[in-house]
Amino acid sequence: MSKRINGSAVVMILYLLFLMLPIYWLINMSLKTNAEITGTFSLWPQSLTFANYATILTDPAWYMGYVNSLIYVVMNTVISVAVALPAAYAFSRYHFMGDKHLFFWLLTNRMAPPAVFALPFFQLYSSVGLFDTHIAVALAHCLFNVPLAVWILEGFMRGVPKEIDETAYIDGYSFGRFFVKIFMPLISSGIGVAAFFCFMFSWVELLLSRTLTSVAAKPIAATMTRTQGASGVDWGVLAAAGVLTIVPGALVIWFVRNYIAKGFALGRV
Amino acid sequence: MDKTVNNKAWFLVLPVLVLVAFSAVIPLMTVVNYSVQDTFGNNVFFWAGLEWFKELLASDRMWNALGRQLAFSAIIIAIEIPLGIFVALNMPKRGFWASVVLVLMSLPLLIPWNVVGTIWQIFGRVDIGLLGYTLDALGIDYNYTQNSVHAWVTVIVMDVWHWTSLVALLAYAGLQSIPDAYYQAAKIDQASRWKVFRYIELPKMAGVLMIAILLRFMDSFMIYTEPFVVTGGGPGNATTFLSIDLVKMALGQFDLGPAAAFSLMYFLVILLISWVFYTVMTNLDKRG
Repeated sequence: MSKRINGSAVVMILYLLFLMLPIYWLINMSLKTNAEITGTFSLWPQSLTFANYATILTDPAWYMGYVNSLIYVVMNTVISVAVALPAAYAFSRYHFMGDKHLFFWLLTNRMAPPAVFALPFFQLYSSVGLFDTHIAVALAHCLFNVPLAVWILEGFMRGVPKEIDETAYIDGYSFGRFFVKIFMPLISSGIGVAAFFCFMFSWVELLLSRTLTSVAAKPIAATMTRTQGASGVDWGVLAAAGVLTIVPGALVIWFVRNYIAKGFALGRV
Repeated sequence: MDKTVNNKAWFLVLPVLVLVAFSAVIPLMTVVNYSVQDTFGNNVFFWAGLEWFKELLASDRMWNALGRQLAFSAIIIAIEIPLGIFVALNMPKRGFWASVVLVLMSLPLLIPWNVVGTIWQIFGRVDIGLLGYTLDALGIDYNYTQNSVHAWVTVIVMDVWHWTSLVALLAYAGLQSIPDAYYQAAKIDQASRWKVFRYIELPKMAGVLMIAILLRFMDSFMIYTEPFVVTGGGPGNATTFLSIDLVKMALGQFDLGPAAAFSLMYFLVILLISWVFYTVMTNLDKRG
């Protein structure tokens, strides 16, 4: 075995190399000075510097971008999962008038192009005085995250046998107590996955969050355009800001690794 | 699973309904409203009927954007689906390395879309990017901001980089569901590698692959941020896809009427594809 070249390993190494090279290049650039980036071409930082990260972490105009993003993303995740839980239960357990149409309609919202909604959202939230607030972005992202959460949770809930519900009701549990005490622990991994995907899709979205904010709730993605100053682009800081946006995903990815496919496929794998 | 008929379940769905109605129905109605009206400023509107729709259908602008969009979606699906299957077939089945591979492959999926754009914008630059620099050193006059073919290649490679892992992960999930007995039976029959793929693996993956194709089609159909950051829709209009054109029209030029008509037609296409998606999903649910 040791002498034979393993074809699968070669394929995987090549593919992963293709995936990692651009990311490596971003990290590489974030650790260089601007003089080195534009002046010399090097595969790794010749004069290692953390100044770019220091700029971001000490300048409020920069780090508030992360704070703003985190605020509306967390708000959105909490709202989405909270309203999706009972709805997903209803879809997984009951037939009711118009259930199929409703389920389909939710899907169309997951698929709706944000570009279609950018202008009406802008006008809607301006007219109710929510423009440039975190809650506006959080609510706007509900457009695709609530349907996503409902579909994912429904996928997990259908795996729980209905006998459990019935036994609990016979034992005298009320619906609320059964749901919180028995049912939610059973689908805790599903809730985690749904929350992760709401977090992710809200975190990666730029068009709506940029359209709905100007100063007070400006997301990090929009802040990144700041690097294009009069004296050219501040590449080092731009790269460092990019690296920092990857961090939240990279931190939790290990825990959801077995559910990535299921989440993206709306709970249907 | 047997479901009981219970119309009280509506109460459980009500919060979702209210929230999504607020964030989907009201804005969509605004769009419908604009699509049939004209304005000369100062919030004075006139009934325009189907004027905008006629104008839009007669103009080249939307058709060109739609053509570019369809070409883009077709190309990335044609690359990502076979490549994704190929990668999935070579992924380690279990153990520590399977986890590591899963994590590394998922990484591009979780990067904010504008950062994906930024990464490739930098990566492809001739002066400071590894890819651009290498191509330049090889004697290829690569410039994605001036040459539309290069811009297309860059955007497509970026999308392949970004989303092939998703196809691979879905296909991998499909492969995992095949019992070992199938492979053993194939071995006894001395089936070739190709026959195993064609008659065991592909049929078992068909369902998830359908999901993968539809997901990739939907998401590529509304792609905005990544190509916008890299090329800004240029050079010229070469990479101006539907969403980019729409945002230009609605938020750039503030042409409310045409933009609204554009939006509605865009949305109808999405509705159609969603319906196909839904049918596939429900068929899968019945089988599984």
